[in-house]
Amino acid sequence: MSQTNMSAVDYNFDVVRQFTVMTVIWGLVGTLVGVLIAAQLIWPALNFDTPWLTYSRLRPLHTNAVIFAFGTSALFATSYYVVQRTCKTALFGGKLVAFTFWGWQAIILSAIITLPMGYTTSKEYAELEWPIDIAIAVVWVCYAIVFFGTLAKRKTSHIYVANWFYGAFIITIAVLHIGNSMAIPVSMMKSYSIYSGATDAMMQWWYGHNAVGFLLTAGFLGMMYYFVPKQAERPVYSYRLSIVHFWALISLYIWAGPHHLHYTALPDWTQSVGMVMSIVLFLPSWGGMINGIMTLSGAWHKLRNDPILRFLIVSLSFYGMSTFEGPMMAIKSVNALSHYTDWTIGHVHSGALGWVAMVSIGAMYHMIPLLFNQGRMYSIKLINTHFWIHTAGIILYIVAMWISGVMQGLMWRATNTDGTLTYSFIESVTASHPFYIMRFLGGVLVVAGFVIMLYNMIKTIRAADGSLQPIEAV
Amino acid sequence: MSSFWSIWITVLTLGTLIGCYFLLRWCLTNFAGVEEGESMGHSFDGIEELNNPMPKWWSTFFLITIIWGFGYLLMYPGLGNWKGLFGWQSSNQGILTLAESKERTLSNLKKDSGVLNQYDREVAAANAKYGPIFKAYAARTIEDLASDKKALKVGQRLFIQNCAQCHGSDARGSTGFPNLADNAWLYGGSPATIEETILKGRKSHGMMAWSTALGGEQGVKEVAAYVLSLSGRKLKPEQVALVEVGKPRFAMCMGCHGVDGKGSAAMGIKLGAPNLTDNTWLYGGSVRRVEESIRNGRAGIMPAWENILGKEKVHVISAYVYSLSHAK
Repeated sequence: MSQTNMSAVDYNFDVVRQFTVMTVIWGLVGTLVGVLIAAQLIWPALNFDTPWLTYSRLRPLHTNAVIFAFGTSALFATSYYVVQRTCKTALFGGKLVAFTFWGWQAIILSAIITLPMGYTTSKEYAELEWPIDIAIAVVWVCYAIVFFGTLAKRKTSHIYVANWFYGAFIITIAVLHIGNSMAIPVSMMKSYSIYSGATDAMMQWWYGHNAVGFLLTAGFLGMMYYFVPKQAERPVYSYRLSIVHFWALISLYIWAGPHHLHYTALPDWTQSVGMVMSIVLFLPSWGGMINGIMTLSGAWHKLRNDPILRFLIVSLSFYGMSTFEGPMMAIKSVNALSHYTDWTIGHVHSGALGWVAMVSIGAMYHMIPLLFNQGRMYSIKLINTHFWIHTAGIILYIVAMWISGVMQGLMWRATNTDGTLTYSFIESVTASHPFYIMRFLGGVLVVAGFVIMLYNMIKTIRAADGSLQPIEAV
Repeated sequence: MSSFWSIWITVLTLGTLIGCYFLLRWCLTNFAGVEEGESMGHSFDGIEELNNPMPKWWSTFFLITIIWGFGYLLMYPGLGNWKGLFGWQSSNQGILTLAESKERTLSNLKKDSGVLNQYDREVAAANAKYGPIFKAYAARTIEDLASDKKALKVGQRLFIQNCAQCHGSDARGSTGFPNLADNAWLYGGSPATIEETILKGRKSHGMMAWSTALGGEQGVKEVAAYVLSLSGRKLKPEQVALVEVGKPRFAMCMGCHGVDGKGSAAMGIKLGAPNLTDNTWLYGGSVRRVEESIRNGRAGIMPAWENILGKEKVHVISAYVYSLSHAK
């Protein structure tokens, strides 16, 4: 459909192809490590008494791999693709563009090496040590130069809404990363945060929550705003809704961090402000879901035949669910039950596997044929299989964590008539055991889906140019 | 905080919420210059945007949450130094010492304090409810409680919550953490001593590293062989030969473990030096482990629980621990 557009401007799709392929590979690697650590929670012997295979070292590897290798590669791929096509101009920056790819992959590789070796700042989602942090800042600034340089030389009068979200994500992640990673090095691979005590905790969750807010939400909303209308071939539902939800979302999200520190040493006023902003954020978050899903109005029948569109639309449903769940969990009294339990893990994964992974997978399936001169993916049937396997995996995962989490929260607060706690901690661990098995099975399904996707991608890339023709809907 | 920061926080917080309100109001009007429901007229890679209004329920809910936000910040602490009309606080804010905290708690709990300190209230409510139970237990002797099944159940629960991390759910300890059920005691096993151990904690005087003083590895092996012989262990022939050489060297150990190796408790001294003749081993009884203890030394710490649990609860735990080696 867009072959003609592609020849009109000499777009730089090399870097998009590279990031797209790596997205699928890192998706598989990241979820595989996740399944391994899920298995370790059931069978602790699976660390084989080897330090670099222990849960404590592989857990940060899992989170870094899915957020910064899989998720961020998907954002690089799609933002480079979308900004060129919606600005009708090739990427700005010359060699900087290739540098962002090789630089980012080198950073991922250094994470894969240093985290299992035990090098860590111990800050969640910011575990990488200071030399790697500096490299991240350098690559990120280059990314910003490429992206905003391209926007500046656009051939269109306006900036498309997808690029607002991508732009906000790129700027804010730079600020968050640099702000939170400030540290004093004491050796090549060891540093200490310049913040201390409750201030350090606050900086950490200002960063941590906005890694969710700007990378995993705003960035992927940018993706959604291009690929949903494109795949559905429908206009975006409401321009005004785009404006109000964009500005409200980015100005409210940045405040929400303290809800990770309810009932801690953080001052009460900070906790209250974090909670209020988190709740006011609920509707602006849903604005994106409404705009995406309403874009499909009048074209619902397409869901029947198009598994790519199904990925995109179901991702929006998971987005809506977890952005309702989030503000609810930010309420102090709800948080008192949910905090420190598996409920949080379930919430994160309904966002990560449901929203982030599904919208990325949909976007990848949309882009891969276009990038490799094909009319469609090698097998539409396998996309459909992937969709159902992935969906079943998520549902197993989050249902297991909901039950386990609420159960843990209730067990921890149960008291006897003499005021002593009814259950010891280990009893709550034992009670979670069956749900850990269920979660593990869900994870296995997600990994199986990525294997199918990798196979489908390789077959598509390897097929002779133009040999895969679109099939008319049956 | 200083009034500058208080104003800074207030202005930014209210500014964000007020900004959201005006943003919403602006987008509720059709400012685009295009008929509602029509295309905005620009196309990006074939994607057009419609000028549809936001769903009414969405705008209404958004407005409600903004208004609720103002309400919450009026009632609760949030806007800098503003304490909120409810006077609620999760716990004492900005305290620097334990004394300050206790003083603040006392004044918070006064009826006319105007402060609703959630932590203090919950603790006071729990004390009012459960205090009498523990007060009654505290009035009885540990020996008496040790034969009261109900009291032991309470003691066991407290033990599992607070002590099991080191001593194990069955109180049988693990390497470095004493078994409490075997009637072998580092500091003595009378009810009063057990209670004192829990209330005040114990800091072992520490066994020094003997490797150098014993003239190296050979000396360590000799003393280890002698120590193992004290508990009547069956030794390998090459160790039996070392026992007699190790015996005079053991003189160095007698200061803490006693002439006969029966430990400091047997001498009535609270050093925490274990009895070496009873085949109970705090840090493992294999040849390798005993040699390691002699070579590198050992030291253990038991935290003090008086300030954490209070005397009355410690009394009940003491009865539980005592009962483990004095089963009726």
